[in-house]
Amino acid sequence: MNFSKLKKQVILKGGQILDPLTKTIVKRDLLIEDEKIKAIGKVKTTKSAQIIDCKNLIITHGFCDIHVHFREPGREDKETLETGSMAALAGGFTRVCVMPNTDPPIDSPEVIRYIIDRSEECPIYIHPIGAITKGQDGGELTEMGAMLAEGAVAFSDDGLPVTDSSMMRNALDYATMFDIPIINHAEDLCLKKDGVMHEGIISTNLGLPSSPDITESNMVHRDLSLTELTGGRLHVPHVSSAKSLEHIRSSKKSNKKVTAEVTPHHLFFTDNDLQNFDTNLKVAPPIRTKSDKKALIKGVKDGTLDCIATDHAPHTIEEKEGTFDLAPFGMIGLESCFGAVNKVLVKENNFKLLSLIEMLTTKPRKIMGFNNNLLEIGTSAELTILDPKEEWIFSKQDIQSKSKNSPFVGKNMYGRVKFTINKGHISSK
Amino acid sequence: MKHRHLLGLKDYPAEDIKSIIDTAFSFKEVLERPIKKVPSLNGKTIVNLFFENSTRTRISFELAQKRLSADTVNFSASTSSLKKGETFKDTAQNLEAMKIDAVVMRHPTPGAPLHLTKHIDAIIINAGDGTHEHPTQAILDMTSLYEKFGFLKGLKIAIIGDISHSRVALSNIYGLKIMGAEVTLCGPSTLIPPFVEDLGVDVNYNVDEVIEWADALNVLRIQRERMGGGLLPSIREYRNLFGITTERLSRHKKELVIMHPGPMNRGVEIDSAVADSDQAIILEQVLNGVASRMAILYLLLGGKLEEGKN
Repeated sequence: MNFSKLKKQVILKGGQILDPLTKTIVKRDLLIEDEKIKAIGKVKTTKSAQIIDCKNLIITHGFCDIHVHFREPGREDKETLETGSMAALAGGFTRVCVMPNTDPPIDSPEVIRYIIDRSEECPIYIHPIGAITKGQDGGELTEMGAMLAEGAVAFSDDGLPVTDSSMMRNALDYATMFDIPIINHAEDLCLKKDGVMHEGIISTNLGLPSSPDITESNMVHRDLSLTELTGGRLHVPHVSSAKSLEHIRSSKKSNKKVTAEVTPHHLFFTDNDLQNFDTNLKVAPPIRTKSDKKALIKGVKDGTLDCIATDHAPHTIEEKEGTFDLAPFGMIGLESCFGAVNKVLVKENNFKLLSLIEMLTTKPRKIMGFNNNLLEIGTSAELTILDPKEEWIFSKQDIQSKSKNSPFVGKNMYGRVKFTINKGHISSK
Repeated sequence: MKHRHLLGLKDYPAEDIKSIIDTAFSFKEVLERPIKKVPSLNGKTIVNLFFENSTRTRISFELAQKRLSADTVNFSASTSSLKKGETFKDTAQNLEAMKIDAVVMRHPTPGAPLHLTKHIDAIIINAGDGTHEHPTQAILDMTSLYEKFGFLKGLKIAIIGDISHSRVALSNIYGLKIMGAEVTLCGPSTLIPPFVEDLGVDVNYNVDEVIEWADALNVLRIQRERMGGGLLPSIREYRNLFGITTERLSRHKKELVIMHPGPMNRGVEIDSAVADSDQAIILEQVLNGVASRMAILYLLLGGKLEEGKN
């Protein structure tokens, strides 16, 4: 990946500008001057300007991923805010929200401040999600007010479900004062026990301990009920099962405060892909069946699922090279995201590219309350340029993350991010 | 042999299972001789890599290797010292560096033998990987059944006990189905794996009906640790519902063959009198275990291997 500072004048020439906010696609040139969008339309070419040929390419808002793990502070051997930023840029992401399961966890205003300060130097915008409870141990609420003042955008004990229903109620209730989302990793740990994959014929084939789909959907149902009770805002992360989706769909009919995300891997893989014990496919919640995958695609199409989020979770080679029981849960996903979801949704399931782009840009930004008008003149350039039809094979060389734990390596992709422009820099394939 | 390794019996070719069984009978004849040793694997080096305690399987393999004149090394590692994946890889690569021909591995984790094939070139034989497979046990069970009945196709086999946690059960299901036998599983519903009927087997919780139906019972060990965690209320309850007792068998007129992969919990899943009765072939299984493992080692290490197949 090439990465350099933007010239004073940059002209994106001959591309289709896709604006997910106005839902339009038009052929226009775009002039960036002093890192800001200066003009859209016919732009005169000057000698000193850097010209980027965007013929047959789509220019759109920079992607926004509201669920990543950048492991800082504490596990810089897996990822840092810098290496995570490069992975994001490679995938067309200009803005991410980092989960708080770091060491120490992001559970105080001071750690929020640390992330905010550190991210200043990074080439993407990084927003910390604070922990719901101190030490993510489910015991006491964090100082949400002070953390928001320092720059937190949402709260989650990600990785660790808030098991205590009363605590979850309090968190949702308390967060109503600030109108920010509470994100709960939904897995009933009692039902999950030592399960490492989805319970079904494949887990029986493999002899691996497993947990059924209701491990997730029971807790999703509880959280939805608590949301109705408290009036809080709930965002359901990485929905993996048809049953959870059904609960969300039915709750959304009357409750406008519920949002949900889906990962590329739950849309791309099925539990059948675990037949060779690939530890890179060990994730929580687990990859489920073909019919769950089908339901998730339907959930994307009918709008039950609001956005795509990668749950980018780097782990070292040493950890993932171990046996299946010992390998940690999680896979990276930023670099492979667009090629994977565009393939499954647009190529294979007739989903509109425009709608997919909304799920990567305006919709996640709306959940987090970020600026959505990225093509306004004068806005700091935060753009992604992609070829929606390129067929390619994802390889290790495409990975910018410090960790390489991706089951997408070797998989056919459809559509590819070519350039990402953000914070005065441009990265290109 | 179609496969270079023996990792499990899922999708294993029927003709290869049959040739292992046939070869096992030839070796069984060798085991009846006063000099029980043949030079078949002279000069081959085999490592018995046991990450989990095992007495019977390890001794059976070791004996099979010695009868075939192979050089053997035993490596027993407590898993507590191998909690890190890298160590597993290092152990494997250390072995590889010492120029060995085959590894017989037992490991507590499903998929560990497949994992090992990614790190070393030697032939891998799975001697049990967690709750996944134990293919050599299933082959010796089938050898014993074949010896007793003369056929496997259409034979009615009941597997009784803790199916969920049993690698013996899963490998037996795969192997027996491939060889055309009928399989019924019988045990507490909490110890029957989900969707197991999709493997082409029946599930019946009534052990008396199963006894009436079956030609042979393969009785599995019930582990006392299953009493925790709500899977089983008590040994007494298990015995009442599923125990293969003299009293229960006496209610059925028919002759049944009784098998057990060992080690037995006498008085728990099986009565002493049943285990010691004429209808039990449990000690034949032990001898067939050596013969079957000789056959497997011979065919994978010394026999003809179709080039380029894995």
